[in-house]
Amino acid sequence: MSVKVEDKLFLNRYRVDEESHLRIIDYTLCLKECPDQPCLYICPANVYKLDRDRISVSYEGCLECGSCRIGCPHFNIEWRFPQGGYGIRHKFG
Amino acid sequence: MDERFDVAIVGAGPAGISAACMLADNGVKTIVFERGEYPGAKNIFGGVLYGHDLAQTVPDYVDKGFPIERNIVESRLWYLSQSGGYSVAYRDQAFFQARKFNAFTTGRARFDRWYAEQAKAKGAVLVCSTVVTDLLRGEGGQVIGVRTDRPEGDVFAKVVLLADGINSPLARKTGFRPEPKPEDVALAVKEVIALPEEVIDERFGVESDAGVTIEILGDVTWGMNGVAFIYTNKRSLSLGIGANLLDFSQQKVKPYEMLEAFKQHPMVAPLIKGGKPQEYTAHWLAEGGYDAIPRLAGDGFLLAGDSAMLFNALHREGTNLAMASGRMAAEAIMEALGSGDLSRNGLAGYVRRLQSSYVLKDMAKYRRFPHFLQDHKELFTTLPGLASLAAREMLTVNGIPKKAKQRTIWEAFRRKMSIRQSLRFVWDAWRSVR
Repeated sequence: MSVKVEDKLFLNRYRVDEESHLRIIDYTLCLKECPDQPCLYICPANVYKLDRDRISVSYEGCLECGSCRIGCPHFNIEWRFPQGGYGIRHKFG
Repeated sequence: MDERFDVAIVGAGPAGISAACMLADNGVKTIVFERGEYPGAKNIFGGVLYGHDLAQTVPDYVDKGFPIERNIVESRLWYLSQSGGYSVAYRDQAFFQARKFNAFTTGRARFDRWYAEQAKAKGAVLVCSTVVTDLLRGEGGQVIGVRTDRPEGDVFAKVVLLADGINSPLARKTGFRPEPKPEDVALAVKEVIALPEEVIDERFGVESDAGVTIEILGDVTWGMNGVAFIYTNKRSLSLGIGANLLDFSQQKVKPYEMLEAFKQHPMVAPLIKGGKPQEYTAHWLAEGGYDAIPRLAGDGFLLAGDSAMLFNALHREGTNLAMASGRMAAEAIMEALGSGDLSRNGLAGYVRRLQSSYVLKDMAKYRRFPHFLQDHKELFTTLPGLASLAAREMLTVNGIPKKAKQRTIWEAFRRKMSIRQSLRFVWDAWRSVR
């Protein structure tokens, strides 16, 4: 089954910061030493996508759950909260 | 901000606000930091809150117009296979009247905002849109305040209460508690699906103010240790599904694909038919149980709620543990402020209170439960299908004698599970909840 997570993210309200709060520390490590790349699966917002030669980070749709931070087997993701007031804003919660 | 406070609280959720209410009530100078634009902007949960713990901090919460979706009068438990499933439901007149608001659904964007207003009215200071980025330490290493992402944003306080939730980058940075391991959290995704009020009333067999919760186990979590739920709100349903984060990693499952498949289950689809998704969120649940609880107090600081990994997975209780722990933290803080000893020792009244209350008693009781789920994956793999087969066969009227049907069921069962395995399962299950 193919599910477009973008359709779900469109439902949400965000105040997007210009600067990403998520950063892959070492891009080559993802390609050379991480065959499973769990970030491509576990992220509920599909923030991480495999481009041709590196993993891209679409931080704009981040749901701020933290799963990528502790799920990355190499702790290769620098994760901070978006600046105060930025990021997702729950309508219902 | 060079003002000094008695207490700085990180996070305006149920734990932080409960503490703030109690502290402010007693004239303790309290400041609460919230990273969201408003309290609740960053907070989500399945959807159920509890009147008992709310009444401890806001006794007249009904008169104060607390935001409620529906009063829960019926709890259902489903055990699902791919084709169908079992449903057990319990409804009681007591939950309509005598024990009204024992449990109720709400949305955190509204509730946390309202709850924080109560704390403000009592005198607590609330600062939103502000991330606490670090803890300030004194010469002896004790916590003496917080650093925020505002310019000149250091704020000094005698005690800091960390009520910043289960996902806390601050924890990792400061080491006040270890980062959770993937196997210690469940990742859950939730959709709020709008439906007309009368449609919900009809589908769940309730009047407008009353509601139903459904907790769901089975192979809807694709063999992973997980749960799903459907809760009734006034004009929407909260529907969610989650599984152990390590299981997600190992099985390479995308959470939203599992969610979509769940929505198409033959027992789920009719309930949400015609509904319009409104919001999609994700959050962790503290799955590690009693053994994953970190050190709850240190020199100059305490942990409460989700930040302290307080969650009773079996009874899906979390917000009540957050409120209770926030309250007990406040009591212990006042005790320490009175004695002047703000060290870990001086704050030890917090842990004592938690231990003698239902919070840690319940978590200790179910200490083995997380291991039971993680060790007995048959609960999510083979057993749902077998349980369904048994009911399906016995209910199918096709001229085959019942004795022969029983034999078919028994043989199917034996092919998947040995007697030893079955006994082990029953024994472990009993031990995990006794």
